[in-house]
Amino acid sequence: MLKIKDLTVNIGTKEILKGLNLNVKAGEIHAIMGPNGAGKSTLSHVLSGKSGYEVTGGSVTYNGKDLLEMPAEIRAREGVFLAFQYPVEIAGVTNVYLLKAALNAIRKHKGLSEVDAMDFLTLVKSKTKALDMDEKFLYRAVNEGFSGGEKKRNEILQMAMLEPQMCILDETDSGLDIDALRIVADGVNALRSENRAFIMVTHYQRLLDYIKPDFVHVLADGKIVKSGGAELALELEEKGYGWLEQA
Amino acid sequence: MSANNDEINNLLNQDYKQGFITDIQADTFPVGLNEEVIAKLSKVKNEPEFMLEYRLKAFRHWQTMPSPDWAQLKIEPIDYQEISYYSAPKSKDNGPKSLDEIDPEILEAYKKLGIPLAEQEQLAGIAVDAVFDSVSVATTFKSKLHEVGVIFCPISEAIREHSELIKQYLSSVVPVGDNFFAALNSAVFTDGSFVYIPKGVRCPMELSTYFRINASNTGQFERTLIIADEGSYVSYLEGCSAPQRDENQLHAAVVELVILKDAQIKYSTVQNWYPGDKEGKGGIYNFVTKRADCRGENSKVSWTQVETGSAITWKYPSCVLTGDNSVGEFYSVAVTNNLQQADTGTKMIHIGKNSTSTIISKGISAGRAQNTYRGLVKILKSAENARNHTQCDSLLVGDKCGAHTFPYVEVKQPTAQIEHEATTSKISEDQLFFCQQRGLSAEDAVSMIVNGFCKQVFKELPMEFAVEAQALLGLSLEGSVG
Repeated sequence: MLKIKDLTVNIGTKEILKGLNLNVKAGEIHAIMGPNGAGKSTLSHVLSGKSGYEVTGGSVTYNGKDLLEMPAEIRAREGVFLAFQYPVEIAGVTNVYLLKAALNAIRKHKGLSEVDAMDFLTLVKSKTKALDMDEKFLYRAVNEGFSGGEKKRNEILQMAMLEPQMCILDETDSGLDIDALRIVADGVNALRSENRAFIMVTHYQRLLDYIKPDFVHVLADGKIVKSGGAELALELEEKGYGWLEQA
Repeated sequence: MSANNDEINNLLNQDYKQGFITDIQADTFPVGLNEEVIAKLSKVKNEPEFMLEYRLKAFRHWQTMPSPDWAQLKIEPIDYQEISYYSAPKSKDNGPKSLDEIDPEILEAYKKLGIPLAEQEQLAGIAVDAVFDSVSVATTFKSKLHEVGVIFCPISEAIREHSELIKQYLSSVVPVGDNFFAALNSAVFTDGSFVYIPKGVRCPMELSTYFRINASNTGQFERTLIIADEGSYVSYLEGCSAPQRDENQLHAAVVELVILKDAQIKYSTVQNWYPGDKEGKGGIYNFVTKRADCRGENSKVSWTQVETGSAITWKYPSCVLTGDNSVGEFYSVAVTNNLQQADTGTKMIHIGKNSTSTIISKGISAGRAQNTYRGLVKILKSAENARNHTQCDSLLVGDKCGAHTFPYVEVKQPTAQIEHEATTSKISEDQLFFCQQRGLSAEDAVSMIVNGFCKQVFKELPMEFAVEAQALLGLSLEGSVG
């Protein structure tokens, strides 16, 4: 589904990613771990199309298409979803409004008709319930006055509604207490399917206790320095990142 | 410049859609202003003698006044001798006639603006007075309104046919010498709408006036007077547009509202005069005095305005809360883009006991525009337990524009309660990217964010207007930058 080949990325004149390679197939969950400053957030942002990054080399193919050529909104409509580390607030725009606008933009891109208002409401209410969120969140302004945990749950709600193919979770566990983490993890696990892939970017092993990855990669100094199965995460938890960076 | 910025700039630079010129034969006065011109104007309009005296008094007073310079505006000096003070489509006599007598070009112009004048084509429930340059060309549903005693007609007709009401109420809210532009308007106003709602009548339909400036080198000086007698209610809408021309044109209007005991007026404006081009060439100078006097107990007025047009807007719809328990409300969205300037806000003058006022102002500034909120809340000694709540929010789009807030508060009554909230924010790159990452185009994202910002005001607009206002906002301003 996603093939990243020798990707090099600069912010200004500083090289952040220095030849990154990664293959993600449908149905897989990949965890990308690494110390602060290794380039984890840069990777999430470059894949989702945020401006301010210069790709200096390499390629990213998504479902056979050149991902880097697509504007951010086209990537989203093609099924690339980023769950933000710091979800933004939008005053005066309700969650339902945003969800409906986003869903319709994606449906239109796929050549489908706009969703019927009643069908939409039924759908959004069932998804909200599944994430143990109060329905009143739907009618509140996007993330305005939400707690850290509520914001992250809101990201997962958007993911559940938009049904993307390629989900990128950027430090989704940061700022969550254990109960919120469990709810978020349950939400993600419910979305696992053979047509969908996940990249989870995380600093800590904690999230992986709840969402079991198929592969764990260590990103250090702009490259994947080690890859393995779920057991690699445990090893990292025990030994830290130092032993890999020295290698 | 990031990709986002480029896209945003393209979106911002959409064309003005109402900029066409209607080719008609017009009777236009030569440029210039003196007492003879005023006498001629009064004669053309078949006015009774008292109006000429009124106009001349205003003109003499105006000549002694300096042009105001306290606003946060850069205004090129205006040569009042280079303006024509009267331009009307050629016709046999003054005032509106039946629709089939109106020049088809004019009907076509209004149709293009989305205001079909033929009554059967209209949205049910809205009566329209169409003012084209200096005259009212049509007023619809007059007879239906007449059945319930509502008078809705061009003010020029009211001057001739309802002179007692005119004598009693004209300039009773905005005195002739109130300010420079009000004095000028009193001297030279040509047309506008007159509304009288009798005691206890709830006006059965929305009333609206659509102002269109067409002729070049003319000023439009419209005058609106609305009287809501005891226990009555009316909702009044006002819209406007002008052709795209390279020179600036002057629009100096006066609107007076009189609200008696237990009566209510809801006054909504969508102002979309030609704003000038991207370099600031041309556009309307919009210098307007709007004031409501809540004279009776329990009277209420609410001003809602969406200001997207004009090169310069100078406008402070105000409420004089004379009656006990009277209520004044001001809801405003002012959008400035490119080189537009707006200095707008309100005055709430509390005189009556327990009078309350609410001010919600949303200023949006983009391009190199400057947007100023200027407001006065004045509580007189007599206004025991008066209350005011003010909320002023500014939204900046890009990094070359400015937002300014000048709230003035004068309180002479210790039991008064005043609250003031103000925020300034920017549409951030992060908000925009978030929306794009959810599949929305930059255009839709900005439109959604701006509409969210304006929601408190839009919900005050009548339905048909709210839709128009949102669409207009989409046209004037569809992009933003962090």
